[in-house]
Amino acid sequence: MELLVAITLGVLTSTGVYLMLRARTFSVVLGLTLLSHGVNLFLFSMGRLTTASPAVIGLVEKYTDPLPQALVLTAIVISFSMTAFVVVLALKAAVELRSDHVDGEDPNEDRQ
Amino acid sequence: MNHLMIMPIVIPLLTGAFLLVMYRYNIGRQRSLSIGSTLLLVVLAVWAVLQAGVTDYTLYYLGNWQPPFGIVLVLDRLSAIMLLLTALLSLFCVLYASRGSDREGSHFHALLQFQLMGINGAFLTGDLFNLFVFFEVLLIASYALLLHGGGRARSRAGLHYVIINLAGSALFLLALGILYGLAGTLNMADLAHSIANAPETDLPLLKAASLLLMVVFGIKAALLPLLFWLPRAYSAASAPVAALFAIMTKVGFYAMVRVFLMVFGLDEGAPANDTVLAWLWPTALITLALGGIGVLGAASLRTLTAYMVIVSVGILLATLSRNDEQLLAASLFYLLHSTCMTAVFFLLADLIGRYRDDGYDRFSVISPLSHRWVLGSVFLIASVSIASLPPFSGFVSKAWILQASSRLPDYLWLWAAILISGLLIIAALSRAGSGWFWRPEEHSTARTRAIEKTQQLDHARMATVCVMIAISFALALFAQPVMDYLDAATKLIYQPSGYVDTVLGDYVSQGEEVTE
Repeated sequence: MELLVAITLGVLTSTGVYLMLRARTFSVVLGLTLLSHGVNLFLFSMGRLTTASPAVIGLVEKYTDPLPQALVLTAIVISFSMTAFVVVLALKAAVELRSDHVDGEDPNEDRQ
Repeated sequence: MNHLMIMPIVIPLLTGAFLLVMYRYNIGRQRSLSIGSTLLLVVLAVWAVLQAGVTDYTLYYLGNWQPPFGIVLVLDRLSAIMLLLTALLSLFCVLYASRGSDREGSHFHALLQFQLMGINGAFLTGDLFNLFVFFEVLLIASYALLLHGGGRARSRAGLHYVIINLAGSALFLLALGILYGLAGTLNMADLAHSIANAPETDLPLLKAASLLLMVVFGIKAALLPLLFWLPRAYSAASAPVAALFAIMTKVGFYAMVRVFLMVFGLDEGAPANDTVLAWLWPTALITLALGGIGVLGAASLRTLTAYMVIVSVGILLATLSRNDEQLLAASLFYLLHSTCMTAVFFLLADLIGRYRDDGYDRFSVISPLSHRWVLGSVFLIASVSIASLPPFSGFVSKAWILQASSRLPDYLWLWAAILISGLLIIAALSRAGSGWFWRPEEHSTARTRAIEKTQQLDHARMATVCVMIAISFALALFAQPVMDYLDAATKLIYQPSGYVDTVLGDYVSQGEEVTE
């Protein structure tokens, strides 16, 4: 399971970073979303990976750490709302600047 | 438990929420609510400063959960002084905005209150994840405030600002994840305790986490490779918002002091810290140099001020990276001065821009200016203050920094960077001032006099700016008590064991009882 989680994290983060470095706002937003998914998964796995153990102390012998689950819930809510905000902002910028380039203008536009 | 301590977070939250719901209130009521809440914050901050002067650490357990299980708010001298600075600055911003800038868009006052809630929370919290949450609160309010009023320049600057900060938040969470995975706690005191007792094998991961945190706080504070969003964002924002943002870079600085000197600094020698501070020193110096060049190359007063913010950040971080108690006290004094004065310049740029016929605050445009004498004199006095010439607080703070650093190795680099950047600021400001106010008579012809008759000088705005400059002067007059207070504040920071013992006191003793 560790390997699977590690590979998933790596794929999410690397695609996220790659997309974030693109020049169009849509891919940047997608990249941010993937990166935050990767980060949330990472945060979640920091309570160590176990299966079939509840996050309640006292019920069973083996329990899992409940705190990362609480942390990741907060992080998900925040990253979700931030993504919603950045989508609206990107739309607003695209309409106002008449370009979906992150700088508001395509530096190579004249050459094409 | 004293419930006054959580009020700097609760009051702006309630005011902001109320203003948001009651958005149909006329603007006058919104303004008086907002001003009232900010005034209360000033009173509370004064109480906090007095309280912190009496007791070193005042604790507030949220929901009465004991640390390290619950979130704890910690008030010490450093956070108290930052609270007071924020409250005063925001009061002036609200007063200035109430003269009309708040009508350019909706919800200005509500957003400002949420922003204050985030900033105050970040200064008070004793929990790293809570710090992240408050960072997000202040950031999302700042996104909306930056865009307040709309327009192409703001959309463009806002997009950059939002995206880089979202990336920063992701890195913050990664660092928190690593720290939690290693220590099993995010309470600052407990974390400091665990880091100090961490086995050797954890050191690489701890270093990775601390460097990630440095990048995160570096984005907030505008450290070298991460500062390019700042000039555009600050010069696009409306004047009171930009003035309020003058405290935002200092939040990054504050977080660095708190985390690197206290949380990572409990250990003797603090190996995890050395890497961060070693990186911080050169980057801060280059930030300082770049800020100086930017000041000279700026095309408008707002951009110039944004680069002056970068210069101040460079000085603060360079002094922080020397890891010296006295130097930190000096740089905290400089923080008070520079925050106040950069805010003055953002407001002044707007004020002068309003009375110029054309070109707003751009240097390239030559245009007649009404009320030349008043604006010119205020600009001169403000420039003397921000260029750190006597008799203002900047002179005291820089002299203190230079004096305190002279005992340390490599101090000549710091001296050179600080003095040269100061010289560049003087050159840029005198060029700007002589271009605008020292024009021969041809520009103050009958036409400007006619304009002056119709366009009254806005006395409220002018008074706001003048009072802020007067505060800078008062800071120099009453420097001794302030310096003593800051000395005591840094003494606490350099004794993290006191912090840890106070916060964890009961927990540690209880733990011992159990093991017995």
